[in-house]
Amino acid sequence: MTDFTPTEMMTIAASRELSNDDVCFVGIGAPSAACNIARLTHAPDITLIYESGTVGTKPDVLPLSIGDGELCDTALFTVSVPEMFRYWLQGGRITTGFLGGAQIDRFANLNTTVVGPYDHPKVRLPGGGGAPEIASNCGRIFITMALSKRGFVEKLPFVTSMGHGEGGDHRERLGMKTKGPTRVITDLCILEPDPETKELTVVSIHHGVTRDKIVENCGWAIKFADAVIETPVPSETELAVLRDINARTKKAHQGTETGKEAA
Amino acid sequence: MARILSLAEAVAENVKDGDTIAMEGFTHLIPYAAGHEVIRQGRKDLFLVRMTPDILYDQLIGVGAARSMKFSWGGNPGVGSLHRFRDAVENQWPRPLEIEEHSHAAMANAYEAGAANLPFAMLRGYIGADLPKVNPNIKTVTCPFTGEVLAAVPAIRPDVTIIHAQRADRKGNVLLEGIVGVQKEAVLAARRSIVTVEEIVDELVPPSPNSVVLPTWAVTAVAHVPGGAFPSYAHGYYPRSNAFYIAWDEIARDREAFTAWIKENVLDARPEDFARHAVKSAKAA
Repeated sequence: MTDFTPTEMMTIAASRELSNDDVCFVGIGAPSAACNIARLTHAPDITLIYESGTVGTKPDVLPLSIGDGELCDTALFTVSVPEMFRYWLQGGRITTGFLGGAQIDRFANLNTTVVGPYDHPKVRLPGGGGAPEIASNCGRIFITMALSKRGFVEKLPFVTSMGHGEGGDHRERLGMKTKGPTRVITDLCILEPDPETKELTVVSIHHGVTRDKIVENCGWAIKFADAVIETPVPSETELAVLRDINARTKKAHQGTETGKEAA
Repeated sequence: MARILSLAEAVAENVKDGDTIAMEGFTHLIPYAAGHEVIRQGRKDLFLVRMTPDILYDQLIGVGAARSMKFSWGGNPGVGSLHRFRDAVENQWPRPLEIEEHSHAAMANAYEAGAANLPFAMLRGYIGADLPKVNPNIKTVTCPFTGEVLAAVPAIRPDVTIIHAQRADRKGNVLLEGIVGVQKEAVLAARRSIVTVEEIVDELVPPSPNSVVLPTWAVTAVAHVPGGAFPSYAHGYYPRSNAFYIAWDEIARDREAFTAWIKENVLDARPEDFARHAVKSAKAA
């Protein structure tokens, strides 16, 4: 199939990173879509965990929030939020954390807190939520977000969650034993940290995308690996599953309720 | 023993100006009706505590009821910004709002420490993150056995915690089900507590010996407010109104639209108005 949007390619490429063996802590939005596509295609036995405490959830529609009833209804079990963060996340039971972000830098540090100074922000973003500890306590981290100059920046105004910090062995120096971000999946390409410097480097380019387009959409001078492959295009099954769940989700979230009628 | 009161009585007796107040519910069982009663009674200078401020704290901030907020994620889930919260932080409207910002893990641990009557919580957290640079309430503690340096945050000890639950019996024992969040910890950490419920029943009949039950002697007041978690949800009663969460973006974006909405739906409304959202449907989650 070559008839697909960059966002569809991003979600499907992200879904392919996951396997049946993953116990995955799922961020809301793009990560949630990717994780559920994986579950509905090649990884039916994947364990999806949302920070609301729902473990082993199998939603039929994508949740709008991390605590939609759909998640609890389809979960193997549901725990309290302190138990989720203490026993399951800090306890080291989660293999993979899947995050999105507003901004990322070349070492895969993420910002979802503020644009501008913290005390007088130009834009106040929602904040970190679970991300600071997801980033340090999961075995490895995948990140998915669209490639843009606004999002992929030379310097973050605020580090909400640490990726590879200043690069190199920074994580080890801070005592972390987990791998940190190992893949960043965008709508144009896939990035991996360089094995030594940990700087994000293009390793796979999506069908029909040029190197120039990637360079133009990144806020730093982005590097390409020696061997860059073309990302396989979405299969008919992958696209059908993604479009189906998106359609079900859209229908489910559009009620008849208007703000005026609601209390 | 918990007293079974009207919502207006429960709030009047237990929520004072200047209180540190936690209204909890992790997406599920958010005590909207009680929050609206706090607004109607004109409580002010509140120190709001909540992991995910959600639309409820957007409303309390927008009417100027809060001097400060302790939180870990301040957005409209899946939709975007909380515009009243942003307006307060970015433009000091309608009044400046001090913030004390944490991560979810730290907030959850801090509630648990409060419930456990400990002065602080520790966690392996905030590693390499910038929040400790801007929040003086994030410090470190060294393990006396291994020497590991861990993050430490003060326990949360609210003057009053307010939650919503599925049901209570006539003695005031309370049952929670589904995504139970940090409500048990938040109630046990607080000096006083108010629980609004969908139903008051003769027999609580917990579905399992391990059900989340708050006994009447650990709760201050119970108020019967069917639908009181709308537009969030009550598992087994009614689903989350994702449509309202999406609609709120437009309402809250504009100061006048927000103020008009508050007048019509909060100031000129009553707790009983929530009952129309409590219609049990087959699809209820």
